[in-house]
Amino acid sequence: MPDTIQFELNGKQVEMPLDSTQSLLWALRTHFNLSGTKYGCGMGYCGSCTVLMDNEPVRSCSITMDDVAGKKITTIEGLASNGKLHPLQQAFADHDALQCGYCTPGMIMNAWGLLLKNPRPTRQQIIDGMEDNFCRCGAHTRIIAAIEAAAKEM
Amino acid sequence: MNDKEENTGHPKDSNKKPAIKRRKFIQIVGGGVAGLYVFFRLGKHFHLWADGSDPEAKLPSDFNAYLHIAEDGTVSCLTGKIEMGQGIITSLAQMLADELDVPIDKVKMVMGDTGLCPYDQGTWGSLSTRAFGPVMLAAAAEARTELLSLAAGYLKRTSGELAVKDGVVFVKNKESEKVSYGQLTRGKRIEKFMDGKAKAKDFSEYKVMGKSFNRRDAIAKVTGEAMYSGDFRVPGMVYAKILRPPSHGATLVKADTSEAAKMEGISLVRDKDLVAVLHENPEKAELALAKIKAEYTFNEMKVDDKTIFNHLVSSSANGEETDSKGDIPSGKNQSAFLFESEFYNSYVAHAAIEPHTALAYTEGDKMVVRASTQSPFGARESIAGDLGIPLEKVHVIPPFIGGGFGGKGEYYQAIEAARLAKLSRKPVMLQYSRKEEFFYDTFRPAAVVKITSGTGKEGNISLWDYKEYFAGSRGSEPLYEAANQRITSYDADNVHPFGTGAWRAPGNNTNTFARESQIDIMASKIGMDPLEFRLKNLKNEQVIAVLKAVADLFGWSPKKAPSGRGFGIACGFDAGSYVAHMAEVKVDTTTGQVQVLRVACAQDMGFCVNPEGAKIQMEGCITMGLGYVLTEEVEFTGGDIKTANFGTYKLPRFSWLPKIDTLILDRKVAPQGGGEPAIICMGGLIANAIFDATGARIYQLPMTPERVLEAMAKNNR
Repeated sequence: MPDTIQFELNGKQVEMPLDSTQSLLWALRTHFNLSGTKYGCGMGYCGSCTVLMDNEPVRSCSITMDDVAGKKITTIEGLASNGKLHPLQQAFADHDALQCGYCTPGMIMNAWGLLLKNPRPTRQQIIDGMEDNFCRCGAHTRIIAAIEAAAKEM
Repeated sequence: MNDKEENTGHPKDSNKKPAIKRRKFIQIVGGGVAGLYVFFRLGKHFHLWADGSDPEAKLPSDFNAYLHIAEDGTVSCLTGKIEMGQGIITSLAQMLADELDVPIDKVKMVMGDTGLCPYDQGTWGSLSTRAFGPVMLAAAAEARTELLSLAAGYLKRTSGELAVKDGVVFVKNKESEKVSYGQLTRGKRIEKFMDGKAKAKDFSEYKVMGKSFNRRDAIAKVTGEAMYSGDFRVPGMVYAKILRPPSHGATLVKADTSEAAKMEGISLVRDKDLVAVLHENPEKAELALAKIKAEYTFNEMKVDDKTIFNHLVSSSANGEETDSKGDIPSGKNQSAFLFESEFYNSYVAHAAIEPHTALAYTEGDKMVVRASTQSPFGARESIAGDLGIPLEKVHVIPPFIGGGFGGKGEYYQAIEAARLAKLSRKPVMLQYSRKEEFFYDTFRPAAVVKITSGTGKEGNISLWDYKEYFAGSRGSEPLYEAANQRITSYDADNVHPFGTGAWRAPGNNTNTFARESQIDIMASKIGMDPLEFRLKNLKNEQVIAVLKAVADLFGWSPKKAPSGRGFGIACGFDAGSYVAHMAEVKVDTTTGQVQVLRVACAQDMGFCVNPEGAKIQMEGCITMGLGYVLTEEVEFTGGDIKTANFGTYKLPRFSWLPKIDTLILDRKVAPQGGGEPAIICMGGLIANAIFDATGARIYQLPMTPERVLEAMAKNNR
């Protein structure tokens, strides 16, 4: 019998067979069919796979499943509640803070991690906090505006 | 340079009455679906296609897109164009809503699916709005005319007595007498071919166009529900990892797969040079791939990222003169000052955050391929050719696409996935790793531009002898008035050690960098303010207008460069649109680091359909442009591409962001391109700003700290 691990995923307790070679990114995408978390570079550079682990933004491509046991994982699919968009999601839509949208889930999750720690960030703190998330389409200005608006809203 | 034919809304060939075969019609739209159909076809709007071939020749003679007004009043446009972030899913819908007088939420864009949509070459060249848009408007006008005529019969009135609002036709001054588009098409099947007779509205009449709309795909994208190629799953699906050579030009001699084969759940595919491992878990496939021991022979080009520029110039075949006026020797004689410069730019990657991805599986007797591609029909053709099956047996579906920038005009991953699905008889998901993405990217070509120019004592340009090597000719056209000029393009085959291709505004980034730098070099020597020098030598009113607009927006005050202020200026023309930029930079003279503090950009893009959408594109162009200007450069030795991930390939980041101000000139003429123009000036703009700050001129992109320091040292000597 393979070992299993338990953790909390988007507010629910889940269990899966432990495979130490598996990353959180691909466990989410294949085992749990949560495809909102994206593969971008596989080495933690780009941030398109960002999720929250115990409310801390992490690069899910660089986290192995050993490290997930007992943790609380939040993905983009776990943000909206009761059919209502999370203020960050709403703000990203309202501010056109995306183009191709591929980096967007990672951007929003990273921003959410930032706001959880610092609900009233300055513009400079937002820039510093988002620095390692890449957007190739160049939606940066609007992403900052969206995060500022969401922070005000919350 | 402004192609008049391109600006006309109605293609000249729309008078042809193409005979559509009934069988083909049924095949595309299906039988039995009621409603009004208007079929239309793009005319000669494809001359900007990046590879220079004539895709017009490939267009079906009957139609390549159509509108459908359904019984419930829904207006659908079925087109082979795709959405990759540029926003046409919104702006094309606005155009239809406006021409047909229906609410925008009644408009559905069905895009790129080769099983549903008629043939289209692909989505590039900022062509969707300016080339496809007007033809689509004309088709909508035809649909409107037909609906009005149906309504006239139904209401027993003449068309002239009728008006339309929100998809309901009513009698003017008697709104109770009305009938909806849906009612009019109910139970009927009307098929029309656009004949170009129905006149689209005048630009002054549009109400939905010209207004800003939020992206229609935003909610799907912020919730993670938007499906990209890698997000689909089908029963029995396996992930593929393919054995890749260590460099371009390497040939596989031997591959020992015995260790990989021992892994549980792995299946191996081997077909000639194609060696792949399949597993339901992509990371297991990756581990298996690492166990394959392969041997290669090497036959690489002896060139690297340092020697490439000499290699390019010495490999160039005969030049093609694309433009000339006066003669070069007299130009030299007439010049009080002569300027000779050489400009260089390195290979640049597309680096979309979504790598090339494809899922291939069989459905009945068809090969279905969901692929991130800007060219679904091109992919269909190549897959059919590769598998040796008829075109109709391949169905390509491009779902949401995570950035293209020209790079997803290539679709090799779709062919590979289909081949693996056929060989393994399993549904195969193939997503390139970031390393593969860099390896197989078709880079913006490294290029050299040599300019010899001259001016009279008063600053009038007397000579412009322009030679571009491998940049591509787009953007090399003369912008300024020169008494004597010659433009020559040099090209040759098999010069690059790896693939190159179209990169957002192909050719124009290199050419505008060179031209706008040279203009400032001359202005500085003459001792004239660079804006004033430009205005003195320009006749084109559209460029003059954007320059004046950006000067206002930026708050430009005339001063000869280098002024120490760090102000830069550049202007250009791309995809039918005119742009002018101004910037302010700060240069750290100890480290050579350049921080761009602000960028202002004015753009004349004709009628702007979705102003906010267009501004997003301008901001995106400016931000993306900072990358190739300051850091982005592919490192290689022969066919061995050293750049494998974002650790060494530096994309623009949040901390780089300048304050960006954009302005779109209000024009009531045919819409032009918006996805590319605002990126072309970035090289010249920042080079000129660095010169203004430091007095050091940089001739090579990207302008890395080392190159800035080197130029400053040279300047101080």
